[in-house]
Amino acid sequence: MRYGVVVFPGSNGDHDALMSVERGLGLEVVPIWHKDTSVGDVDALLVPGGFSYGDYLRAGAIARFSPIMGAVSEFAEQGRPVLGICNGFQILTEAGLLPGALLRNANLAFSCKWVHTRVETDRTPFTRGIDPGTVLRLPIAHGEGRFFAEPVQLDALEANEQIVFRYTDEWGMESEGSNPNGSSRHIAGICNLRGNVVGLMPHPERAYDALIGGDEGLRVLGAVVGHFMPMAAV
Amino acid sequence: MTDEQSTRNEARRRTYLAEVLVSLKPVVNDPQGLAIRDGLRSLGYDEVEAVRAGKYIRVTVDAESPEDARGRVTRMCDQLLSNPVTETYEIQLTPLADH
Repeated sequence: MRYGVVVFPGSNGDHDALMSVERGLGLEVVPIWHKDTSVGDVDALLVPGGFSYGDYLRAGAIARFSPIMGAVSEFAEQGRPVLGICNGFQILTEAGLLPGALLRNANLAFSCKWVHTRVETDRTPFTRGIDPGTVLRLPIAHGEGRFFAEPVQLDALEANEQIVFRYTDEWGMESEGSNPNGSSRHIAGICNLRGNVVGLMPHPERAYDALIGGDEGLRVLGAVVGHFMPMAAV
Repeated sequence: MTDEQSTRNEARRRTYLAEVLVSLKPVVNDPQGLAIRDGLRSLGYDEVEAVRAGKYIRVTVDAESPEDARGRVTRMCDQLLSNPVTETYEIQLTPLADH
């Protein structure tokens, strides 16, 4: 299978994404420039982190007008796997591919540290084969990562099994101290109703080798392999 | 439309200034506003009860009528200038020079 990484002006997680897929997973991966209008021959898309268009107006608000976004939406509507990381998550919410919004952190700080996230569902291509309840140690680096949705929408997300990752402590317990940005109900990542589009604030692509502090991000990026080759996942 | 009608319509067109105020919905926590409030209190302004921060955007538009201008800017707010998930907006419209 082959990954595609969408590159916007201001993306800074694109090279991490390319490296993690190529070196960490040993899979084929190609960059896709934001001015392209086709994603080409790829099986899964990754919308990386950074500060696309300088975060002007709102984080992710301008990137959604890039020529490539039409093809990204089409790819998503076909039910194919799309993963938005950090600014990529913000872009997918602004583009209406994921519900909710990401707001300024509640603690008046840009948070850059390792956190623990609990996998809540294995129904998405990026958590396939990962037992719900599994705790992954991943880095975060964001100033606007506080997930927000109205309570009624949050209830719907829970009822529809759309919450994919929650911030917890290392034992998988939710506590105030383990929520790094004040996200509603400790939400770190969600998916669309169908489950094929996933967004999360933590950076799995920055955790692909023990040498750089951890490699548990590979479980997220690699889960999609099982989505295409069910036998390989076992 | 005849040329004559078109000329009359053209004559009514003018430029409007739309001042758009974008605010976070009341239910949304505003840490930026809280930080400003605390700063003001640190300066001794103990009377400050609450602060909420938003955005001010000026859009000048060419339109056929005030209703037309307001309608267009409302759509701009819904599609880009605000995020309907977290924000609300107000539009103040002022006619500028005739064409």
